[in-house]
Amino acid sequence: MSRRWIIAMKFVAHAACLGPLVWLLWRLYLSVTTDPAALGPDPTHTVTFFTGRGTLRLLVITLAVTPVRRLIPKLSWLGRFRRLLGLYAFFYACLHLLTYVWLYAGWSWAAMVDDISQRRFITAGLAAWLMLLPLALTSTTWSIRKLGGKNWNRLHWLTYAAAIAGVVHYWWGVKSGVKTPLEITVVLGVLLAARPILAARQRSERKAPSPARA
Amino acid sequence: MLIQTERRIPSSEITPRETYMNRRAFMAGAAAAGIAAVAGDRMTRLAEPEGVEAAEKLTLVKSPLSLTGETPTSFQDITHYNNFYEFGVDKGDPARNAGTLKTRPWTVQVEGLVKQKKTFDIDALLKLKPMEERVYRFRCVEAWSMVIPWAGYSLSEFINACEPLPSAKFVQFLSLADGKQERLPFEAGISWPYSEGLRMDEAMHPLTLLTFGLYGETLPNQDGAPVRLIVPWKYGFKSAKSIVKVKFVKSQPSTTWNDMAPSEYGFYSNVNPNVDHPRWSQKTERRIGVPIFRQRQPTLMFNGYGDQVAKLYAGMDLKKNF
Repeated sequence: MSRRWIIAMKFVAHAACLGPLVWLLWRLYLSVTTDPAALGPDPTHTVTFFTGRGTLRLLVITLAVTPVRRLIPKLSWLGRFRRLLGLYAFFYACLHLLTYVWLYAGWSWAAMVDDISQRRFITAGLAAWLMLLPLALTSTTWSIRKLGGKNWNRLHWLTYAAAIAGVVHYWWGVKSGVKTPLEITVVLGVLLAARPILAARQRSERKAPSPARA
Repeated sequence: MLIQTERRIPSSEITPRETYMNRRAFMAGAAAAGIAAVAGDRMTRLAEPEGVEAAEKLTLVKSPLSLTGETPTSFQDITHYNNFYEFGVDKGDPARNAGTLKTRPWTVQVEGLVKQKKTFDIDALLKLKPMEERVYRFRCVEAWSMVIPWAGYSLSEFINACEPLPSAKFVQFLSLADGKQERLPFEAGISWPYSEGLRMDEAMHPLTLLTFGLYGETLPNQDGAPVRLIVPWKYGFKSAKSIVKVKFVKSQPSTTWNDMAPSEYGFYSNVNPNVDHPRWSQKTERRIGVPIFRQRQPTLMFNGYGDQVAKLYAGMDLKKNF
């Protein structure tokens, strides 16, 4: 891939990740100035779900990068976008957490301790965020060098655990009868199955090189 | 002095009812002209659905039981942010789908422990007693709340007309369950019809409202037309919508949410900031239609109606009987 192409695609990726946030902030601005309905009847709920869904979508897209590269070697340049996407996922997770701390717990430690100890959906959500934290902190090239590729890779398997915890948090948070978390659950399920399947395929290819290559 | 700080929707942004109705009439006309035949189901749903009564103005008298000093939630939000699972589980589903509900003809059957079975026609019920405006707080178990100007009269007036026997200790309310008019979504996990119930003294309390309208007009379909219950000191799900049957019974009737998840939804379900839902806190609530940073407010015991209703539960452990 040419340098220019990569730069162009980075620009597109940043725009795609920041676009929804810009939209949300614009609606937020409108809702406190001229149009109280700009964020819907329940703005707190709107912001919560917007940032939560944003996190899960970005996490899943980040997890899709490697399988897609393996399946379609032409797209292997996507690897350069994995860190960027992962960091945006963490960024949205932070906004989601901030929404909770500010608009639900009202910055009250007592309320937060109460929630974390008593409400499993909040415990699951916090667990997911805590798992993303070391991943964001070790996202620098320096960390990769310091940890060594193998250890770094092993640590970053946590992304899967965080995504699972996030989806569980989503299911536990919605009221019974609501099936909106289904889509993201299916996508994550496919991605979880994809890694071992692709790895097995790679192993068998290595053992028995295809006749074309021989 | 009441200082109005809430920003209201500028009147210029509210479509006048006549324009709105004209647009509907136009769409109905367009549908009739054959567009519906091409576009199919979708278009007919946009057009005025058959059997929907246009809202009628109600003549109301003031009530001392009405709240003062709280800004009512907008008509738009009250009619577009609903839990009415018969029409779908999403908050916007009832407004989208309840057009298919036919509110005429409509009857309410009364049975069980009564002198004799009776069937009330909706038009007779509308005239049974003078209609009052009652502005009440409305607190959903999901921790959001509204202030709503309902129209109706005390349920006790209706119960007296039903002539229950002294052996009747509870009243059960059943909502319409008709797959032809309602979606009755399978994923809701509810075994229809929706059922709710009250203890007799709760049902006879003057605050308990047999409700026919809001904002001075007959109820929009998505708010439980043509007749519903409003029990302002209980979580919203206790207030059954689109009622077709009232049963007087000896023992506590089975009620929908209590059956589905007894640990989450008690039979009483009085608004109580000291008893949390297992999955979220009930200490505070989010007022609907209020700017984001002012949405959160404390939840009041019995939703602020403690002075009137606390005596109904004297001596009861409200943590056990939640």
